Amino acid sequence: MLSVTNLQKTFNAGTVNEVQALRGVSFTLEDGGFTCVLGTNGSGKSTLLNAVAGAFFPDKGTIVLDGVDMTLWPEYKRARYVGRVFQNPLSGTAPDMSIAENLSLALKRGKPRGLGRGISGKLKEEFCRMVKPLNMDLEDRLDSPIGKLSGGQRQALTLLMASALKPKLLLLDEHTAALDPGTAAKVIDLTQMIVTRDRLTTLMVTHSMQQAVNMGDRILMMHQGRVAYDFKGEYKQRLKVNDLLALFEELRRKDAIDLSVATLLTNKYV
Amino acid sequence: MSILITSVIIGLILSLLALGIFISFKVFDFPDITVEGSFTLGAAFSAALIVKGVDPLLAGFIAFGGGMAAGALTGFIHTQFRINPLLSGILVMTALYSVNLHIMGRSNLPMPGSDTIFSRLESFWETVVEPNHKMAVLGWSVDSKDLLILLVSLLAVSLTGILLRWFFRTHIGTAMRATGDNAQMIRALGVNTKTMIVLGIALANGFVALSGAVLAQYQGFADVQMGIGMMVWGLASVIIGQAVVGESGVGYLIFGTILGSVLFRLLVAIALRLGMNPNDLKIITALFVFAALILPVLLKRRKGFFKRKDYA
Repeated sequence: MLSVTNLQKTFNAGTVNEVQALRGVSFTLEDGGFTCVLGTNGSGKSTLLNAVAGAFFPDKGTIVLDGVDMTLWPEYKRARYVGRVFQNPLSGTAPDMSIAENLSLALKRGKPRGLGRGISGKLKEEFCRMVKPLNMDLEDRLDSPIGKLSGGQRQALTLLMASALKPKLLLLDEHTAALDPGTAAKVIDLTQMIVTRDRLTTLMVTHSMQQAVNMGDRILMMHQGRVAYDFKGEYKQRLKVNDLLALFEELRRKDAIDLSVATLLTNKYV
Repeated sequence: MSILITSVIIGLILSLLALGIFISFKVFDFPDITVEGSFTLGAAFSAALIVKGVDPLLAGFIAFGGGMAAGALTGFIHTQFRINPLLSGILVMTALYSVNLHIMGRSNLPMPGSDTIFSRLESFWETVVEPNHKMAVLGWSVDSKDLLILLVSLLAVSLTGILLRWFFRTHIGTAMRATGDNAQMIRALGVNTKTMIVLGIALANGFVALSGAVLAQYQGFADVQMGIGMMVWGLASVIIGQAVVGESGVGYLIFGTILGSVLFRLLVAIALRLGMNPNDLKIITALFVFAALILPVLLKRRKGFFKRKDYA
């Protein structure tokens, strides 16, 4: 179970480039739940994910996973419990190293790494078993460098690597945004398959409302560094893309009113 | 012929330096100039200890440890204080100059008649054959003791290469290579990349110092200037090696680096023999590495140029 409490983060504080990316985000993820995070550009959805992953430390607030406070843990230490897939398909794999070596690294996620052999015959059989469900004919190419594969194949492998040891929390950061529609659909199917099979607690950032509607059991809608809406259970199941669009429109109008009211008051009183 | 044998021996000794540069530059993508100081550090430790009567092999081990400490310091400065890799190396290299002078007590420390690895080999060989025993190799008469040294160096370097290949294929070695290849990815898999960099640069400078220690024993002296230009020298070896074996597995690259070091030393020996001014050695090495670095970029640009023409 992941509990995020009053998370706050301001970038470039005290300068003209000051950005209040997170203004007090709180939510709790139940075990085995699949949550989609939606939001406009600059709403803080990716910042939220990076904060949970440990890319930076929050100014305020706590991040607790299964009763362990990891707010001040560095990124590599959180990897013990957290698996990650990045937006950029090139970020999740080491290009000059073989598929087998990448998988071997993933099977040691968060564990001590000693002087044992990175790749053995027995491990290779396991790698074959791992890549089989991808249907990408990678079984015979385990020794070729991963950099030679397409973005979609690399993203699928990253997903496989991130989920290999059944992490307590799986973070997906718009992991299909940089792929062409066909490949994206494949990676989404794979995501659905792995998450359901291993019952992983998943937090997925997306900007595709269709994905958010189709997948998972909960939607967090972010706006201006806060959770604006939180849909669960039956509400979430009944939600359609049009409903989400209407909500975004509503948020946009609210912003516009804020601005026009401010102008009105300024004209009148200042 | 004997000049060729000597060149190959020195090439093999310097291949330990090249392996160090391979680790920092190729594996970690870390332009580590500490080597110019740690190479001398190894030589200084080796010479100063041997003059005091310490076992030459033990002196080599101590030199390796000293080099590791220097490398670890560079890695530490870079990772903990976020100082640029080159600048971290320059700081440690500059400081090492004073350290080396203190260790040696003066700028040039000869060790005439001292007990070194090579004097031991020679005295061992004299118990087997009579002094100045000659052998015919391809029609040339050469000192058989030089051949013995060549053989032993080749064995020792091969063993080091095999050991290094084994290490880089273990779990921790694979994680090190991944740190240089994609730090973001390996952090997300739970590896402390800072520790990896400190360890890796330490290991690299251990090899560099060992190379300096063995070279000092071979030539019979240590000099505070002997590290100058060694980084580019090592780079040249790594680049030649890669050109020979191609971009392939870590084992091939290690083999290529050793081969590159020997080939480069031979090239230099031949050029000097053909009348090249020894003073020009460093500028030619630098030009060579420059050419090797820009050539792939130029070739790519040419390809791009042709492509654009195709579409037009």
